[in-house]
Amino acid sequence: MVRRTLTPYLLVAPFFVVFGAFGVFPLLRTAWVSTHRWHLISGDEGFAGLDNFRHLLADPLFYNALGNTLSIFLLATVPQLGLALGIAALLARRGPAWQVLVLVPNVVPVVAVALVFGQLLGRDYGMVNFLLGHVGVEPIAWQADRWAAHLGVAVMVMWRWTGYTALLYLAAMRSVPRELYEAAELDGAGAWHRFRVVTLPGIRPTLLFTVVASAIGGVQMFTEPQLFDGSGLAGAGGSDRQFQTVAMYLYEVGFGRFDAGYAAAMTWVLFVLCAVFTTAAVGLVRRVISR
Amino acid sequence: MTGRFGRAVVLGLLVLFSLSPLYSALVVASRDNADLARATPPLLPGGHLLEHVGELVERVDLAQAMVNSALIASAVAVANAVFCTVAGFAFARLRFRGREALFAVVLASAMVPTQLGIVPVFMVVDALGWYDTFAAAIVPGLVSAFGVFWMRQACLEAVCEELVDAARVDGCSLARVYWHVALPAVRGPAAVLAMLSFATSWNEFSWPLVALDPNDTPTAQVVLSRLAGGYYTDYPLVLTGVLVSVVPVLLLFVLFARKVVAVLARGAAETGR
Repeated sequence: MVRRTLTPYLLVAPFFVVFGAFGVFPLLRTAWVSTHRWHLISGDEGFAGLDNFRHLLADPLFYNALGNTLSIFLLATVPQLGLALGIAALLARRGPAWQVLVLVPNVVPVVAVALVFGQLLGRDYGMVNFLLGHVGVEPIAWQADRWAAHLGVAVMVMWRWTGYTALLYLAAMRSVPRELYEAAELDGAGAWHRFRVVTLPGIRPTLLFTVVASAIGGVQMFTEPQLFDGSGLAGAGGSDRQFQTVAMYLYEVGFGRFDAGYAAAMTWVLFVLCAVFTTAAVGLVRRVISR
Repeated sequence: MTGRFGRAVVLGLLVLFSLSPLYSALVVASRDNADLARATPPLLPGGHLLEHVGELVERVDLAQAMVNSALIASAVAVANAVFCTVAGFAFARLRFRGREALFAVVLASAMVPTQLGIVPVFMVVDALGWYDTFAAAIVPGLVSAFGVFWMRQACLEAVCEELVDAARVDGCSLARVYWHVALPAVRGPAAVLAMLSFATSWNEFSWPLVALDPNDTPTAQVVLSRLAGGYYTDYPLVLTGVLVSVVPVLLLFVLFARKVVAVLARGAAETGR
């Protein structure tokens, strides 16, 4: 019963116009720019072939940023997804008030989050070092030390997203048919075993969604680390670039040095990395949680 | 079972973890620098909050920035609710050639990392002559893949297919079917989408920083980040700014919270079985 009418196409057109103009076109344009020496303001300065890409693959600052991004992503995501699962299980029999509370961090602007955590993690007057001091830990330079900085940024990301993820898991858990649990119980499965063979496979689509979303979000991580440094060096990711992510380096190259050609090459390398990374993450989850 | 007590403790810690950063922002914002420099950081709010709000108003034009942010976020919220709902309805309940393929494109588009395209998107906006206009901040966010996906799901669940077909057979125009059959059924999810879109847009930082001239058309987030920049960070002042800028979103959230949670945790109705 396919009707010959334009209306359905008109209804979906706004999405495709916006996506075409601000998604597809920029991606193709970036591919073109990446093969040129290109100044952000003055434009094309000649064809460069694959020079930008060669340059990038030999750029130690790029690998530094890539390493930082991966490290922060792993520190933030693995505990976050695990915690969210636990919280969802805990909240399963609670009222909506609890769910509202765990969602609060997600609506707080990330800029605000970064500023608050910057203060909490201050070396001299911060609350965290003060509390750690009571258990005999020397003051930690949260911004200056590479691993401490990664951990600090990761905690911010976790604070913002754990509740949201937990709520998605909770919704998914509630739609797992009760009969499956009863059947597993009859078979003598304990609580952990039921979680493993009924809950996890039951919420697999949601698990995959959160893994993909956090992989994309992780590769693009920008605002939290950008604002983590209160010392006025924002953008460099600390005095020694110890927490500069790839998106920050991209920003520095494109908008600080106006080297659009180089930034474009980096965009494509990242796009490919993002796709590979997401596919790998999905594959891993698929393997771990059997159907 | 480790018992109810253990669970209550864990939940309590969870809520503490959720709320303590906001609380600590309140404490710092209402203290002066001398209080904060003591060996024991203060645990309770002090009496300097209003004074800092006054200082804030003097130092930066946060009011103007918040108006800018509110205008942009409102436009994005309304546009998302409208465009994503009609697109979701079409994908869910209308039959047309290429429907599945087009929907696959919507899903795939979510994989294109938007932030990485910030340079080329800036080129597009600049070529259109939109630099430092509201259009630059609004148009790229008019409609989102997440929103289309979300509203399609809502229409699949709430809009009865037979009703749509029957109305069409009776000669009802598509516009009337949409208005009288589809829209009333998906009002809840559309409101939630509007609220989430508002929050996302209000919280956006990197795109407005690039697309708008920070000296001319700042947004709340850009002003906040600039307040914190420089060689010396005046934390009480900065965190006062944080609190002021968070209030509108938190208010909106509190107003919508139950609806958001109910719709996000849609399976709730089924637990009673």
